Amino acid sequence: MAKSPTSFRYDYAQSPPVDQVGIAERAARFTTRSIKTSTKREGLDMVLNMIDLTTLEGADTPRKVQQLCYKAGHLHDSIPGLPTTAAVCVYPPFVKVARKALGSNSPIKIASVATGFPSGHLTLEGKLEETQRAVADGADEVDMVISRGRFLSGDYEYVFDEIAAVKEACGKARLKVILETGELATLDNVRRASDIAMHAGADFIKTSTGKISSAATIPVTLVMLLAIRDYHFKSGNMVGMKPAGGISKSKLALHYLVMVKETLGSEWLSNEWFRFGASSLANDVLMQIAKIESGGDYQSPCYFSQD
Amino acid sequence: MDRLEILKTYKLYINGKFPRSESGRYYTPEGRGGKALGNICQSSRKDLRESVLAARGALGNWAPRAAFNRSQILYRMGEMLEGRRAQFEDELKQQGSTAAAARKEVETAIDLAVYYAGWCDKYQQVFSAVNPVSTAHFNFSVYEPVGVVAAIAPENSALAGLLGTLLPIIAGGNTCIVLASTGKPLSAITLAEVLATSDLPGGVVNILTGDRKELLPIFATHMDINSLVASDLTKTQIADIKQASVNNLKRIVIHKEDVSKLEDPYAILKTQEIKTTWHPIETSIAGGGKY
Repeated sequence: MAKSPTSFRYDYAQSPPVDQVGIAERAARFTTRSIKTSTKREGLDMVLNMIDLTTLEGADTPRKVQQLCYKAGHLHDSIPGLPTTAAVCVYPPFVKVARKALGSNSPIKIASVATGFPSGHLTLEGKLEETQRAVADGADEVDMVISRGRFLSGDYEYVFDEIAAVKEACGKARLKVILETGELATLDNVRRASDIAMHAGADFIKTSTGKISSAATIPVTLVMLLAIRDYHFKSGNMVGMKPAGGISKSKLALHYLVMVKETLGSEWLSNEWFRFGASSLANDVLMQIAKIESGGDYQSPCYFSQD
Repeated sequence: MDRLEILKTYKLYINGKFPRSESGRYYTPEGRGGKALGNICQSSRKDLRESVLAARGALGNWAPRAAFNRSQILYRMGEMLEGRRAQFEDELKQQGSTAAAARKEVETAIDLAVYYAGWCDKYQQVFSAVNPVSTAHFNFSVYEPVGVVAAIAPENSALAGLLGTLLPIIAGGNTCIVLASTGKPLSAITLAEVLATSDLPGGVVNILTGDRKELLPIFATHMDINSLVASDLTKTQIADIKQASVNNLKRIVIHKEDVSKLEDPYAILKTQEIKTTWHPIETSIAGGGKY
């Protein structure tokens, strides 16, 4: 779904302050929903289908990426009818490998991190070049990082312009903007960064790189979902959300779905508008599904492929 | 004025902590003269699930530990038991033992701890083997822990029986989840208080209390439990757990002997796997070579 670029420049003072206590209370309430039996099974399938199966390690090799691509399409073949993941997420040099492994008509998208991931310390030319190359190599989606140093020193114009420039460099590829909320210090900053990213043309906003210990949390994600909602009310455009890092248990993933449903509504409950950035979540979900399929036997990680 | 007596709540022991049952359920077994023993947690399948996670997590810490260090820790358990003799004897009496029997049982329990502490760093040397083969290989078979072991403690020997079940398992480097006696659970939880203060890493031993009938099928079907050790089961129960445990080929060990008096190194071997290694050497002595 193509999105018309916002023609107005964003007034940074407009970002509303965030009620931290209110957010914490609201966030805690999402975790009290009881989701059982067939609803749980449907939720788990949905979670699988929203995962960006990720490998972002210094030790990645082409074979590791090939294996990841295979796993994305064959999550656990002994249970028939499982969905594929939404995408695989790799470093730019592996986009070609992934494209070759998946073929050109795969339903599984290829997401590539870019712009000097994870620190973002790269010249603007370097960032644009990296982005263009990833897209030329076959990336469907680009996950960029914002310049947190510039943001924290108040240079919002720079951050806005940089996102807009990368968006342009993406061409047809969808742009996910990583805010790295663990470095933004306050929820007010998270809200402002979300607003800047969406006004600069982000197709998705994403919490974290997964490279620092404070990654996606329910309160941070809620603040970002509320920003998406306000932006939707104002401009009519939909923006996707991708929490990443630290979501490794099925139960937590279901809490996130509850939050999306209750904050943005059912339109966002598809992998076009909501993703999980995760590497170990898929196996935990598979274990839960296998438990349901087996009639309730608790499972062991030994029986599920690690990569 | 009479004091109101406080009925102690005995909690579970999972991952080195003392949580209540996730289910919020409890039962109040009766001891000598129909007197309530305490509020005892009635574990649910989710408590069991948490215990298995804890035991699996602790395995990487416990199994590769130096055998001598495991030995020291088991000996320390014996020391801590000794220090709490009075409490253990008192609880055994509440649970129906005579004073003499209670004293005897605590002594047996302490002796068991010392006995298996001694075996921790010896069973490998005694039972491993170098096997004669006709090729140029060293060929040796050594014991390795099976992994996460679930144990159903005997119903009537609340302390010594529990330790006789538990000690051979952890002496061999396994981690375990023990279901204590349903009718006499006090000793098990007091033992947990001993374990928590005796250098045993959290998660190596996890103790649950509750209803055997309810938990047995969950123990048997859990895919991440490698072996199930049990005492005092009926023939039907044994058949049922054997059938239910085929999915992950759990090793089922049914103790026929009285585990409360089980001073036997072969008890350790029941929850061990044998690993045989073929190590190539340049020439064999049999072939006239020297090295």
